[in-house]
Amino acid sequence: MEKPTTEVGHKVPGSIAQVGVVMRYSFLDYLRSRRFVILLGITFIISGILTGVIGYYRPAGFLGSPLAFLSGWWGMSVTFITVLSGIFFGGDAISGEFQNKTGYFTLPNPIRRSSIYVGKWLSAFIAASIILLIFTVITLANETYYFPGVSIPWQFGESFLFAWFYLVAVLGFTFFFSSLFKSTSYSILVTAILFLFAFTLIQTLVSALAQVEPWFILTYGSQIIGNVLTTTYPEHITTIAGFGGRGGAAAPTFTTFNVTIPEGLAIIAVYFLVTAALGLILFERKEFN
Amino acid sequence: MTNPSIEAVNLSKTYGSFTALSNLNLKIEGSKCVGFLGPNGAGKTTTLKIFTDLIRQSSGEALINGNNVHTHKKAALANVGTVIETPEIYPSLTPTEALGMISAIRGIPHSERKKKIEDVIVEVGMQEWANKRVGKFSKGMKQRICIASALLSDPTIVLLDEPTTGLDPRGMSEVRDIVKSLKKKDRLIFMSSHILSEVADVCDEVAMIDHGKLLVYDTLPNVTAKFAGGANIVEVELIRPIDSSIMEKNIAVIQGVVSAEKKDDKNLRIKCSGGLDIQEKVLSDLVRLNIGVVSYKPASSALEESYLNLIKDTL
Repeated sequence: MEKPTTEVGHKVPGSIAQVGVVMRYSFLDYLRSRRFVILLGITFIISGILTGVIGYYRPAGFLGSPLAFLSGWWGMSVTFITVLSGIFFGGDAISGEFQNKTGYFTLPNPIRRSSIYVGKWLSAFIAASIILLIFTVITLANETYYFPGVSIPWQFGESFLFAWFYLVAVLGFTFFFSSLFKSTSYSILVTAILFLFAFTLIQTLVSALAQVEPWFILTYGSQIIGNVLTTTYPEHITTIAGFGGRGGAAAPTFTTFNVTIPEGLAIIAVYFLVTAALGLILFERKEFN
Repeated sequence: MTNPSIEAVNLSKTYGSFTALSNLNLKIEGSKCVGFLGPNGAGKTTTLKIFTDLIRQSSGEALINGNNVHTHKKAALANVGTVIETPEIYPSLTPTEALGMISAIRGIPHSERKKKIEDVIVEVGMQEWANKRVGKFSKGMKQRICIASALLSDPTIVLLDEPTTGLDPRGMSEVRDIVKSLKKKDRLIFMSSHILSEVADVCDEVAMIDHGKLLVYDTLPNVTAKFAGGANIVEVELIRPIDSSIMEKNIAVIQGVVSAEKKDDKNLRIKCSGGLDIQEKVLSDLVRLNIGVVSYKPASSALEESYLNLIKDTL
């Protein structure tokens, strides 16, 4: 189909070019925003605490090998930083268009809503990736300091890619909730509660009490980021026998689940695809009342 | 250049049991300024939001230059500049950047962009603030930037939703002047407003709506002739003071003049007995009197009378 032309002869750009425009200016807005500085500050605080604690206490668990160091440092904190980035950059990305009325500035133009959605998603992804890269550089700088001349374990590269992929799903998820609500505080609060408390709680309850693998929880899929840094990848299912039951009853067993890499990747991918599609549909249908 | 047009075809919008817009049929064509009047909740903003794809109609069609806004948004809005409600701009951007984004979305070539942005910023009087971040701007300043964004691509159609709402008197006057200046170019301006004097001052035609239904769409003189008690009131401004004797002996006796009164030395209020034909004759007779006529326009009070008569009938 031919592109619409204005009376003065300008061709309205294609949707992909418009995605690029929205991405560029939203990214500029993110980069100058207070939230970017705050998130950068949080990243430096986490890195500073880890640097201080490890430098002062020199825990054997960390300093045994480069892999153990990275597992402790990166494996413990990167998912938290990823989730925070998702909440900070995605939490109000779409709901803000309604509540802050910025949508009234951008939408009544010859541009599809999907171009705005995708452009904003990409800018949030780039902004969050910068935070992730900064944390990666700090992590590797510390690792190199404690293990000079020793090459970085290849598993770290794998873990980094998994974390990046996890960021994709986290942003898909936060954008979905951002499309669901018109209030920025609701969308931020709900995603924060889900990621920081609810998912972990449900995962624990489902696996420990119901003894069912929590394959439907995104944070369960994200375990591959830390697990890949262990010397031997943990067993998928581990059953441990407890102490003997009362009155001669059989001893209870406890089952722990560790997500496999293909399973983890599939969970992350499905979460992204489903939430991105739902978020886009919601934004397409939502009205500016 | 094609004739700009907007058309509502059986346009309806319901929210549950509440009908915001009921089978609106309205076709506006050509370069003119049309005021869209109605009380709060009449359906004015709903109509404009449907025409800008901010909300979806429940049934019917909204067409701009023959393109369905919902199904062919890009083609429909390619030549349309809009200011709906009071839009906000990304606070970290400067006006130049925000307008840069809109010009890129609209496909204004790189080579023309800088000049276009500078021109519209000058047009809305924001040159001093062009490179300061929008976050700290007042509502009036943001409104000006939004008007600038509506003018960026030199659109043939401009849709304005109560463009002076929330502005201080000076801001209102400035925005009104901007709207008047838009009329100088070949454009179709469709503007909703609560302020009848504003519409009388700026618009050529009026469409009145209430309870989601169109009550009337006609030229301003015809509307006032039909609905302002059968008489049209015109306001005449003179370049020099007029003597009371001329009022009595020469003006009050002009055929078609029902009554004539002095508002002050240089401003008259003349009630005419009919529509445009009579008004045209009265004007030519006034000019012939050589009393220094510099402006001749329908009085806003006539529009107010028409408005109240029409709205009262629907209560």
